[in-house]
Amino acid sequence: MAAPVKVYGPTLSTAVSRVLACLLEKDVEFQLVPVNMATGEHKKPEYLKIQPFGQVPAFQDESIAIFESRAICRYICEKHADKGNKNLYSTNPLVKASIEQWLEAEGQTYNPPSSALVFQLAFAPRMNIKQDEESIKLNDQKLSKVLDIYDQRLESSRFLAGDEFTLADLSHLPNTHYLVTVGNRGEAFSSRKNVDRWWNEISSRDSWKKVVEMQKSK
Amino acid sequence: MVMKVHGGVASTATMRVFATLYEKDLEFEFVPVDLRAGEHKKEPFLALNPFGQVPAFEDGDLKLFESRAITRYIAHAYADKGTPLVCEGKPMATVGVWMEVEAHQFDTFASKLQWELVYKPMFGMAMDAAVVEENEPKLAKVLDVYEARLSQSKYLGCDCFTLADLHHLPTLTNLMGTPLKKLFDARPKVSAWVADIMARPAWAKVLAMRSQK
Repeated sequence: MAAPVKVYGPTLSTAVSRVLACLLEKDVEFQLVPVNMATGEHKKPEYLKIQPFGQVPAFQDESIAIFESRAICRYICEKHADKGNKNLYSTNPLVKASIEQWLEAEGQTYNPPSSALVFQLAFAPRMNIKQDEESIKLNDQKLSKVLDIYDQRLESSRFLAGDEFTLADLSHLPNTHYLVTVGNRGEAFSSRKNVDRWWNEISSRDSWKKVVEMQKSK
Repeated sequence: MVMKVHGGVASTATMRVFATLYEKDLEFEFVPVDLRAGEHKKEPFLALNPFGQVPAFEDGDLKLFESRAITRYIAHAYADKGTPLVCEGKPMATVGVWMEVEAHQFDTFASKLQWELVYKPMFGMAMDAAVVEENEPKLAKVLDVYEARLSQSKYLGCDCFTLADLHHLPTLTNLMGTPLKKLFDARPKVSAWVADIMARPAWAKVLAMRSQK
């Protein structure tokens, strides 16, 4: 039996929590290895060997060491295709194409404004960094436009890529969680009928509840 | 029924898809979208991509948007044709890592620089020197990581040319035509990799499409 896979980084990191949610969905045992970002551990030579950009997460199993949360998620899903949630990253080529499309939409269009807002609203105050009001205003507007398009899509589709919860939906969990809690942006989601339904459904999944619990206990 | 690509010959994202199709020797129909007239922000284009961006792609009944999802689809669906742009098994994990690196580390700074140094002049808009000053060192740091990586691996993802390299071509070509060329020239492994991938015949075909219009 293989040893638990290793995930390096704090649970509070959005990118780390993306990977954790995926591992939980796939029933893959993991070990969390702490990285002390407050002391700059992620920028030190030892850590840079496993993540040359000095960011979290990094990942290792018995055969490989990789980084970039979305690449890690794809790898976990492909390697453990028969475990846990089999619909997460379907092996059917046409379904997979739709998942990839919405995973790219998350990475390229949802992530930039949402992560800028998460930084400004959730992390900057904690780090004693002054909030950039211009950035908040600009990214609120961008996020609003993206959510309008999501609401339209989710009118005719239960989840982003189709009828099943997939990596495309999962990838949105970390940033959105911060936005609707400490970021006070719940209304942006609850005021859009289909987005509201979708967010309630995906954030109620056992895997995500477990991640939130892990974030609280750190 | 032949595959269709809706987009623009000067759109970096559209060019990513053209490059993939040419690498794999696949027939396709190019459907130009009038970006200057805002065609991509209206119906019927929005039915193909609700985000109002090019490219959009059709293969029979399958419709896709997001260039990197389109290239992945083509590379897997037509794995046996032309250049294999992905790998089977374990090497694909590392190719996947460097595809994300292009999308999130390289492109973040490269596209801002490309906008200031290439597109704004094209549209008669003034360049914002502060943006260039902010993003140039950030791109340089990314290229330092690339230099180290390319000292261990012939191409970014593995020892053969894959989507991890190909995805860089449109923006890279743009930046190599600006003073930022110096960032690439200053790093020997990066410089050799740039020269190698830009010299690919499939890429020359993509660039030739621009002079045909």
